[in-house]
Amino acid sequence: MLEALAGGFNGLIAGFVNLHWSNPVMIIVGLLLLYLGIKKGFEPLLLVPIGFGAVLVNIPMAGLMDEGGFLRIIYDAGVMTELFPLLIFVGIGAMTDFGPLLENPKIFLLGAAGQFGIFLTLALALALGFTKLESLSIGIIGACDGPTAIYVTSQYAPHLLGAVSVAAYSYMSLVPVFQPPIMKLLTTKEERMINMGTVKKSVSKTTKIMFPLVVTVIAGMIAPRGLPLLGTIMLGNLMKECGVVSRLTKASENEIANVVTLLLGISIGATIDGRVFLKYQTLIILALGLLAICLDTVCGVLFGKLMKVVTHGKINPLIGAAGISAYPMAARVVQREGQKYNRRNYLLMHAMGANTGGQVGSVLAAAVMLSVVNGMGII
Amino acid sequence: MPMDNLTFGISIIIMGMGGTLLTLWILSLLMILLKKIFPYKEENEENKEAK
Repeated sequence: MLEALAGGFNGLIAGFVNLHWSNPVMIIVGLLLLYLGIKKGFEPLLLVPIGFGAVLVNIPMAGLMDEGGFLRIIYDAGVMTELFPLLIFVGIGAMTDFGPLLENPKIFLLGAAGQFGIFLTLALALALGFTKLESLSIGIIGACDGPTAIYVTSQYAPHLLGAVSVAAYSYMSLVPVFQPPIMKLLTTKEERMINMGTVKKSVSKTTKIMFPLVVTVIAGMIAPRGLPLLGTIMLGNLMKECGVVSRLTKASENEIANVVTLLLGISIGATIDGRVFLKYQTLIILALGLLAICLDTVCGVLFGKLMKVVTHGKINPLIGAAGISAYPMAARVVQREGQKYNRRNYLLMHAMGANTGGQVGSVLAAAVMLSVVNGMGII
Repeated sequence: MPMDNLTFGISIIIMGMGGTLLTLWILSLLMILLKKIFPYKEENEENKEAK
C-alpha cells in the first residue's frame, strides 16, 4: 500500500525531479516571446505559437518531442519535409502585389543588394569555426525571411533550426528599431529629402500575369535548387493575378496560411529545448543573425546611393533599406524616415517596389546559394 | 579534395552576390521588355477590371 502511494507520488513529482536548470530559463524565454507577441505586437502570428511551443517542450517528462509525441509528429510531417515553409510561400505569393515593382523594374536591383548580408555573414560564420552547412543556415537569417530560413536550415543544419528561426522572426519584427539609425548614418540630409514623385499606373494585367511565369522559368533555370521556394511564391502570385481561381487564392492567403503558420510556429517552438538550445553557440548565432540583417540594410542603402548617382539624383537612397524581405515593415520605415526630412515626400510606393523586390531577392539569394553550393559538391 | 573554408567563403561571396544581382538584373530587363510587349492601356485595363 505504502509502496503504491510512494510510486504514485513519484509520478506526480517526476516533472520537478527531472527539471534541468535550462528548462526554467527557456520557459522564461518562451514567456518573453509571448510577451513580445501579445503585448508589443511583434509578429504575433508567429511569436505566440513559437513562445507557447517553447514553454511546452521545456516541461519535462511530457515527451512532446519524443518519438510519437504530438509536436514531433507535426515537426516531422511539416518542417523536416519542408512542406510548411513552402505552403506559407503560396500564401505570401497570393498576398503580394508586385505592381509597384513592375512600375519601375530597375529597383529590382535593390532587392539583390538587400541580400548581401547573407553572404558576408556566411563567410564570417565560417571564420568563427562553424561548418560549411551550419554557415549556410546562419547566413540565411540575413534573408530576413522566416520560411526561407526554415527551408534551408531544416535541410542542412536541423540542429540549429530553433536558434535560426527564432533569430529570423525576432529580428524581422525589430526592423523598425534598427534600420533608422543605419539609414541616417549612411545618408546625407539632402539625399533623404529627394522626392521621387508619384508612381504612375503603367502595368498591364497581362504583364502582371506573365511576371510569375517568367520569374519561375528564368530564375528556376539559373538556380534550380531553389525552385520549390520560387515556384510556390510565384504560384500564389499567379493565382492572385489571373483572377480566375479566387477560391484557391483566398484559401491560400487565409485558411492554408493560417493553419500552417500555427503548426509551423508551434513546431519551431518545440525545437527550443533548453538542453540543446542554451549553448554558447546559440548566442553567436543570434549575434551573427543580427549582424546579417544590419549588413543587408547597409548594403541596400549603399546600393541606393549608387543608383542615385547613376540616375542623376532621381533615386532616394533610403528606399535601398526596403530591399529586404520584411514586408511591408521595411517599406513603412522608409516612408516614415523620408517624411521626417521632407513632409511632401511620399516614398511608400517606391519602397514597396523595393520591398517586393527584396522578397523575390531573398528567395533568389537562397536559391543561388543552394545551387552554387550544390555545384561545388558540398551538398 | 575537400574545399578549405577560405576558398569556400570567398567563392560563395563572389558567386552568391554576383549570381543574385545578375539574375535580378536579367529579370528586371525582362520586366521592361514585358511592359513594352504588353503596354498598359487605360481603357482596356478599366474594362477588364469592371468585368
